[in-house]
Amino acid sequence: MLTEFGKVFAFMLTAVLFVVMAVFASKLIRPARPTTEKLKTYECGENPEGSPWVKFNIRFYVVALIFLIFDVEVVLLIPWALVYKGSGIIGFLVGAIFLILLGLGMAYEWRKGDLEWARPKIIPPVLKKEEPPEEKSQKELIIVE
Amino acid sequence: MIYDWLFRLTGSETAAAIIQSLLPLFLFILPFALFAVLLERKVSAHMQDRLGPMRVGYHGILQTVADIIKLVQKEDIVAKDNDRLFFDLSPVIVFTGSYAAFAVIPFSGIFLGSNIDLGLIYIVAVTGLVVAGILMGGWASNNKYSLLGAMRAAAQIISYEIPTLLIILVVIMVSGTLNLYTLSEWQTSYFWNWLILGGPVFGIEKLLFIPLMMMSALIIFTSTLAEVNRTPFDIPEAESELVSGYHTEYSGMKFAMFFLAEYANMFAVAAIVSALFFGGFQSPFGYLGDLFNLPWLIPIEQFFWFTVKGIFFVFVQMWLRWTLPRFRVDQLMTFCWKYLIPFAFVILIIVGLITVLV
Repeated sequence: MLTEFGKVFAFMLTAVLFVVMAVFASKLIRPARPTTEKLKTYECGENPEGSPWVKFNIRFYVVALIFLIFDVEVVLLIPWALVYKGSGIIGFLVGAIFLILLGLGMAYEWRKGDLEWARPKIIPPVLKKEEPPEEKSQKELIIVE
Repeated sequence: MIYDWLFRLTGSETAAAIIQSLLPLFLFILPFALFAVLLERKVSAHMQDRLGPMRVGYHGILQTVADIIKLVQKEDIVAKDNDRLFFDLSPVIVFTGSYAAFAVIPFSGIFLGSNIDLGLIYIVAVTGLVVAGILMGGWASNNKYSLLGAMRAAAQIISYEIPTLLIILVVIMVSGTLNLYTLSEWQTSYFWNWLILGGPVFGIEKLLFIPLMMMSALIIFTSTLAEVNRTPFDIPEAESELVSGYHTEYSGMKFAMFFLAEYANMFAVAAIVSALFFGGFQSPFGYLGDLFNLPWLIPIEQFFWFTVKGIFFVFVQMWLRWTLPRFRVDQLMTFCWKYLIPFAFVILIIVGLITVLV
């Protein structure tokens, strides 16, 4: 007996086989005359300069982390969304409290500047300190100069 | 269902499942891609007061066929520095990710690949595979443009997945099902039963739902547009800065596979939007088959309406491409995190209150 997920698997298998067959079929037809210039990495016609595998901006990592949090939370909410009507207002409140917590987390991220893409202004969670007098005088000196 | 008919014909469940999994590919996606590439070129041409392709066939209708013949016989250039294994694997994963979504999309009342109850979660999960494929391709290309494009694409797709998920949650709350077939059947008969007009409910609830559902449809359409990297959200493949993004290094048939996956994806998201909010395969005003008492006509009509709705949304995507300029990266992220997600949140809570209290 083939389950419904068996049919899904047949779709995936078809897709994989289709791509493999298409690439293989074109391999039989197409020419292959590699030269040194062709085998270079494309960089607008110049010789490639350095390795492209460089360190990446930390913003991508932060976005991925926030996404992960939200995604897990939404996955947790889906079963609730299917059944909450059965328990009336109490059922709704259970999910609503969870949603409000989510919203608070979102507000915190927003306030901390994690949703800013270009140059986040990070606000440290400390009270305002008075600047030491030496530094102040130095700043004034610079302004005077 | 076509599956049962194939099962009777072949006598084997495996054969029936495999034949049925081939049907959307050869009867739908390939002809659709042929048509949509030409449509895209013609739409863009006419919006810029040009004529577009005119030489191959009458008004260029055979242009795409000529392009495919050209692509098949193009040399496949693989640069020396590429990470060969992942470079070859990437088109397979991207195409599998977008084609597997078609397994649960109901094309008509009798054609549905797999009637699983987790339809919506499955679609969201399996299209996530595309991100992995894109990152893999961009990394393995060993090309600066590819890597930049792939990283941007990944950041964009995962960001815009959250508004999509929140709106899907709204739909689940209203309809109480995750199954796309049940969802389409639920919005039955006339257009005022479509979810964008409140769904098949009556009284004050329907009136309250109409504005919320219209906003939801707008949000999900915008965020799915971003998920398939179409303009105005096409910074991953911004031609003017990144040559062509994550598939810069690909040529020949592998490039064609990326292209096909993109068009399959465009149709898939259009189909999801129409299944969620615009009644899926349901006709807006009754069926001719019911009118003339011809039951075999109904599935054909349903298929017709499904295709019309899908192509309409694909056309809107093309239309937007020539109307709006491209976003900047920070604007794109701001738009997603500070506008779409809070709005979707508020809609979610209000819809929850309405379903419980009214």
